[in-house]
Amino acid sequence: MSMLKDAIISALGADAKFRDDYQRPTSVAFCTVPKDKFTEAAKAMKKSYAFLAAEWATEETPWFGIFACYRWREEYLIVKTITTMDDPAFPSITKKYLPAYRFERQIHSLMGIMPVGHPDLRPWIKFEDWPEDAYPLRKNFDSSKPLPYIKGDYEWIKADGEGVYEIPVGPVHAGIIEPGHFRFQAVGEMVINLEERLGYVHKGIEKRFESLSWKDGVKLAARVSGDTTVAHSIAYSMAVESMTHCVVPERAYWLRALFLERERIANHLGDLGAICNDAAFAFMLYQLSYLKEIMLRTNYRLFGHRFIMDRVMPGGATVDMDEQGKKEISAELDRIAADFERLVVIYDESSSLEDRVRDTGRLAPEQARQLCAVGITARASGINVDCRLFNPFPPYDRLEINVPVLISGDVHARVWVRVEEIRESIRIIRFILENIPEGNISAPINKPAPDTAGFSAVEGWRGEIIYWLQAGPNGEINRCMVRDPSSVNWIGLEQAIQGNIVPDFPLCNKSFNQSYSGHDL
Amino acid sequence: MIRILRQIFRTGVITEDVLTPEDEHIEIVGDRLEEAVKKLFRGSLTIRQVDAGSCNGCELEIHALNNSIYNCERYGIHFTASPRFADMLLVTGPVSRNMEIALKRTYEATPTPKLVVAVGNCGCNGGVFGESYASLGGIDKVIPVDAYIKGCPPTPTALLNGILKAIEGKTKP
Repeated sequence: MSMLKDAIISALGADAKFRDDYQRPTSVAFCTVPKDKFTEAAKAMKKSYAFLAAEWATEETPWFGIFACYRWREEYLIVKTITTMDDPAFPSITKKYLPAYRFERQIHSLMGIMPVGHPDLRPWIKFEDWPEDAYPLRKNFDSSKPLPYIKGDYEWIKADGEGVYEIPVGPVHAGIIEPGHFRFQAVGEMVINLEERLGYVHKGIEKRFESLSWKDGVKLAARVSGDTTVAHSIAYSMAVESMTHCVVPERAYWLRALFLERERIANHLGDLGAICNDAAFAFMLYQLSYLKEIMLRTNYRLFGHRFIMDRVMPGGATVDMDEQGKKEISAELDRIAADFERLVVIYDESSSLEDRVRDTGRLAPEQARQLCAVGITARASGINVDCRLFNPFPPYDRLEINVPVLISGDVHARVWVRVEEIRESIRIIRFILENIPEGNISAPINKPAPDTAGFSAVEGWRGEIIYWLQAGPNGEINRCMVRDPSSVNWIGLEQAIQGNIVPDFPLCNKSFNQSYSGHDL
Repeated sequence: MIRILRQIFRTGVITEDVLTPEDEHIEIVGDRLEEAVKKLFRGSLTIRQVDAGSCNGCELEIHALNNSIYNCERYGIHFTASPRFADMLLVTGPVSRNMEIALKRTYEATPTPKLVVAVGNCGCNGGVFGESYASLGGIDKVIPVDAYIKGCPPTPTALLNGILKAIEGKTKP
């Protein structure tokens, strides 16, 4: 049964042409529709309660392709339409789907295709000082040359009225964090609007992929967002593997899951500490960052890297684990679990902390649904999404996964989802240690066939990561679309902060903890 | 409260000596670092960290300097929110085009004499991102750099070593 496919067929009939010879894996439906039916397809998807997962564009001479990826529980469906190169335009779906707002601004800025009917065409990621005709994702763009600076202005959203004032923050922030600009409109202490401006760490990653070989691409994928290095490497590798029909050894899958869960625990520990620290409870930061450090050191001893970077590649993994390693991880988990549970009790019993985190930065379930939020953010706002559960990639199809979902959507909910996930990941790692099969850890990999595409979705610690790879006419990387969870969840922060007080912003921001680098690419 | 105190006593003092990983015979960097900070900066070296376009891997390790194991405050090293108070800029890279102006302004806002340390392979030479329309490459393409710390990302120990080399290098003529 395929709900989304049926919905498209009943809405568009023969206009929607399904293909199963183009994109792998074939479980992800793929169809092309005429340009004027693109919004109709979006309407049909909205009616089926599907979420918009990503929207992007490609250049396939002599036309541009526009893609929208929808998700509903176990299903993914990609709708493609094309537009000519002399009049590049497509109908905007922002009015149906909120996350399309930034995806389409990005398509307009970087690919130069007009989303007709989009309410806000200010550049996104592209800054006002770029030459207007610089469209880096187009094929005729020379990416090796530096861009000249031109004069330009960015129009900020303004609030008027007595007592309204503006606070600009960034791009260089006060702490040891990535750059981004936030502009608050406030009355007294209350935030009435927050506008984000991202793109400061745009390094041209998607363009860079196009100049790399399939094998080297994984190195770049590992550095899309340093804290999510394992999940990004797995996602890239899985997309390549599905394109090349590579049979990855079982043991490699289990090792990857082990790395992924270790990354999840380490990041959650760090986040929990930092959230409590932003509520002036430094004790938790020092305790939890100690636990995190223990994990990183075990990673270094066993796998040769503190963040397990570059240990996953297309075809398998590059590092194995022996019996001694199993014992070490098991002993380490015992120790961390014991300390962690004591700290959770302390968190739970601190009424001063509770006062800060409850009802702060609330993202209501209906808002999260409209924003098509993913990951921790979504699960803290009542949306049950987790690729490990709904689109299980091996070995998760053989593991039992419990996904915590809370409905309050405040800072506390985002904290508690992390707490539950740490417990769950510890359980999963123990299961992996007991049941990991023997065998090889990598398989040889071929080059993808020309004019094919590959899709993958992986649940990183922040949420669902999507890679969509396209091979060009010569079998090279023609396009690599990266959708970090941050690309959709950043708007959630804008929504959640409204009505809160300015001093609570760091706390809210930390509870979301989205990646700037993963968003800006 | 009693639980917090109990946990603090259970954890004890976990701060460790910092060793150089490269040396055959293990040498304690911490003492040298403390001495250098005392002598050159009157016991207080203030660092402003600037992310000029990194993937945030280096930031994780710089954060780790503040945890109770590395505890860089014991040497008088601390991180400041404003470049105006900083003796040293710890810059991670590559410098993205969109951060070029912000990085230059941060550099100008830092009072002289100042030290600039480029962190990570990307900060040293652009790393996997190379040089392109969006990435200008290493930090020294945009502002003068006094010392480089390699690694992807450099471990906290490598960072402390690099900071030591940077301040010791400044004393040489």
